[in-house]
Amino acid sequence: MAGHESTYQPKSRFERWLDERLPIARMMHAQFVDFPTPRNINYLWTTGGMLAFFLGVQILTGIVLAMHYLPSANDAFTSVEAIRRDVNYGWLIRNLHAVGASMFFLAVYIHIGRGLYYGSYKAPREVLWILGVVILLLMMATAFMGYSLPWGQMSFWAVTVITNLFSSIDSIVPGLGTRIVQWLWGGFAVSGTTLTRFFSLHYVLPFAIVGVVILHIWALHTVGQNNPTGLEIKTKSDSVPMSPHAVMKDMFGLAVFMVLFTWFVFFLPDYLGHADNYIEANPLSTPPHIVPEWYFLPYYAILRAIPNKLLGVIAMFSSIILLCFVPWLDTSRVRSTKYRPLYKWFFWLFIITVIALGYLGSKPPEGLYVFWARIFTAYYFIHLLLVLPIVGVIETPSPLPRSISEAVLGTSGGHVTVGAPSAPEKR
Amino acid sequence: MTGRFALRPGLTSVGILLGALAAMLAGPARAAEEAHPEIHRQHWSFGGVLGHFDDAQLQRGFKVYTEVCSRCHGVRRLAFRNLAQPGGPSFPEAAVKSLAATYEVDAEPNEEGKILKRPATLADHIPPPYRNDQEARFALNGALPPDLSLIVRARAAEENTPFYRVPDRMVRDVLAAYQEGGADYVYGYLTGYKDPPAGTKLADFMNYNVTFPGHQTAMPNPFLGGDGMVKYDDNTPATVDNYARDVTAFLAWAADPRLEERKHTGVLVVAYIVLTALLLGLAKRRIWREVH
Amino acid sequence: MATESVEEPNRRDFIVIAAQAFAGVGAAVALWPFIQQMNPDASTQALASIEVDLSPVKDGQAITVSWRGKPVFVRNRTAQEVQAAKDVKLADLVDRSARNDALPENTPATDPNRTKKGKENWIVLVGICTHLGCIPKGQSLNDSRGDYGGWFCPCHGSHYDTAGRIRRGPAPRNLEVPTYEFVSDSKIKIG
Repeated sequence: MAGHESTYQPKSRFERWLDERLPIARMMHAQFVDFPTPRNINYLWTTGGMLAFFLGVQILTGIVLAMHYLPSANDAFTSVEAIRRDVNYGWLIRNLHAVGASMFFLAVYIHIGRGLYYGSYKAPREVLWILGVVILLLMMATAFMGYSLPWGQMSFWAVTVITNLFSSIDSIVPGLGTRIVQWLWGGFAVSGTTLTRFFSLHYVLPFAIVGVVILHIWALHTVGQNNPTGLEIKTKSDSVPMSPHAVMKDMFGLAVFMVLFTWFVFFLPDYLGHADNYIEANPLSTPPHIVPEWYFLPYYAILRAIPNKLLGVIAMFSSIILLCFVPWLDTSRVRSTKYRPLYKWFFWLFIITVIALGYLGSKPPEGLYVFWARIFTAYYFIHLLLVLPIVGVIETPSPLPRSISEAVLGTSGGHVTVGAPSAPEKR
Repeated sequence: MTGRFALRPGLTSVGILLGALAAMLAGPARAAEEAHPEIHRQHWSFGGVLGHFDDAQLQRGFKVYTEVCSRCHGVRRLAFRNLAQPGGPSFPEAAVKSLAATYEVDAEPNEEGKILKRPATLADHIPPPYRNDQEARFALNGALPPDLSLIVRARAAEENTPFYRVPDRMVRDVLAAYQEGGADYVYGYLTGYKDPPAGTKLADFMNYNVTFPGHQTAMPNPFLGGDGMVKYDDNTPATVDNYARDVTAFLAWAADPRLEERKHTGVLVVAYIVLTALLLGLAKRRIWREVH
Repeated sequence: MATESVEEPNRRDFIVIAAQAFAGVGAAVALWPFIQQMNPDASTQALASIEVDLSPVKDGQAITVSWRGKPVFVRNRTAQEVQAAKDVKLADLVDRSARNDALPENTPATDPNRTKKGKENWIVLVGICTHLGCIPKGQSLNDSRGDYGGWFCPCHGSHYDTAGRIRRGPAPRNLEVPTYEFVSDSKIKIG
């Protein structure tokens, strides 16, 4: 919480000297050592630390790959092959980066799902939540441009399809959409010029992500973390210090996630990708089925579900932008879905919807697949625009526990054993 | 569970979902797309967590490549030195050097600016049979034989899995570390040349193949010579089936020459991380003991 | 409840230290590939040595080959050129060190120390002037060879003799003799 008493004690002369000039050690101690963390947060709360770790992995592996990668249409594919075959440990660094992107998105989707379920977006965490959506959008832009860099068939055609979407603006302002698309391409079609600028932007955006992540963590530490009960920390027995408790839990959660990560890196590096991307880009030959990476499939399904080009684009972007408004769309007086017996079902229906849209996005837009994509797209928007406001109002929530400690210990935090300077409970 | 709505939304949601399932199954179960040709999974020595290449098989596969496939298909992402490096066919370096010298590559421009030929060395990439795509198409009635360096990675064994089996299929493939779909496809293709079913109209210069999507491929059966067309130097039976297996294994190596190193390192790394996760879990419980 | 003051869990617990040690060692080992990837890759290392066929190089002729990105002069010296090199007294040399990668640092710069025994007509030199890195002239028939019959660097006027030793001009050292060997009578391997 903002303004909790700093217990930092500089231990050496150097520490005292630095503390008077730049209290960075004091800040780190207050925010990451002594910070009161709800004692009942479960493993879904380890996703934050994972995400910071994976951002670091992507930046480190990306910078190293950029030492060997050649961002030109003639050389890109060959340079990636040289990395896979000749560069010392190139195969490893490349796999870390490619699989790392998927793991990054897996963690972020779990992170967002956690936020949706426990009402982590509700006041006073609205800005925290919106910063999160901004990070998601930056991640998506970065991943989209990054996928173009190997210059395989899927790289090339995915860029062609998605950048072409902007031409739908032509139906609002004739000619403007086409101008925008040519501006993006740097030409009259996707070419090496597009590739080179995507490389530049792909390199720089992650640092914008770092900046927004810093704001995100700042906003978080100002209001404090949410927890499964949705209640605020009231007494010392409700919390544990971040270090070592939460930090060790984060490290354990990360280690388990890394088993999954390394399993893919070493044994299934191409499983999450598409075989067509091992064919060099050919502007004169379109692959039979153009599909994005798995983490874009739900939006792809929404895009294709709407028969009108412009409305499809608007629906696709809205599906993410609408998330910014969730703190206000949700009218519930209660934060955590744990105590919302009616909403709970709709939440899981929403999750099933997103997964179903993901599956449908991987299928050709034909027959029954289109029918179901439309059903699930409809529910996606119904959930955000109708279910959230209406259910919050009509629902009777289950009774909340009196405090976090009560929820965990069954008593109102009677004997206190551990925590920042503990005091006996006063009721 | 308290709250008036406890039971009703549950039933409603479940009802909707069951109805959806029924509708999807009762109606035409698959969309209008044609079902993928069936591809049978083969056993490959390089499959799974402990996968490794069989040097002898790769050497036989290379022989099949040079005698049968190299007439039309290049492997230009392979360098001669790759044939001698560990994790691959592991030919003796001297043998590869002599082999390389039988190929010609462009030299640097001489003093007059002319580009003459010189014998290839270990450092050179294996020259393809055609200088560029246009030359290949000109020689082959418009068909373009793809370079084979990455063919095993660039193909997949598309399966006709109904949607409710997809999670199960994915979990099993991930646990088994199955990534040999490309090899299964290539083997299926090479052994897929059969007589077309009665009534099939074959387009000009096309050949019928059960594995190829659409079933009509410009490539003729490479193994028309039948068993014995390539002489094996070891005791392996020189059958068409073995030619297909061996050349596929060779091409699987060509597409992923660091596979052995990758999987071997992977076993060590995953084991180490599992161990570390275990220790961290115990440490977490130790630290949280008083809190619980 | 615990009787000891339990302000914080006992951090010196073995399991906690062990876990952190494993994680730390893992992280350190994971750093190694990122350092190693900057070393020359396999395709560069494949060109670390090259073989040069000497049969087309007749008496008095010279060729220049590219080795590790650098020009290497290979000259088939005439008997007079060899003799001229041998006749030079060590005291007359600007740089008395042989600058032969196969020999220790302070070996005297005699002609035998800059060539291979039994193959004295062949001289192999890295064709980079030791002054500021230009490529000296003297390989082509029309080139000036300087006042000592070897090579002449047009950039700042360094003169090298027929054994590639600096005789006059701003260059401080003799032209470098790279590591090479005769793999057959008419073929050398450089590097």
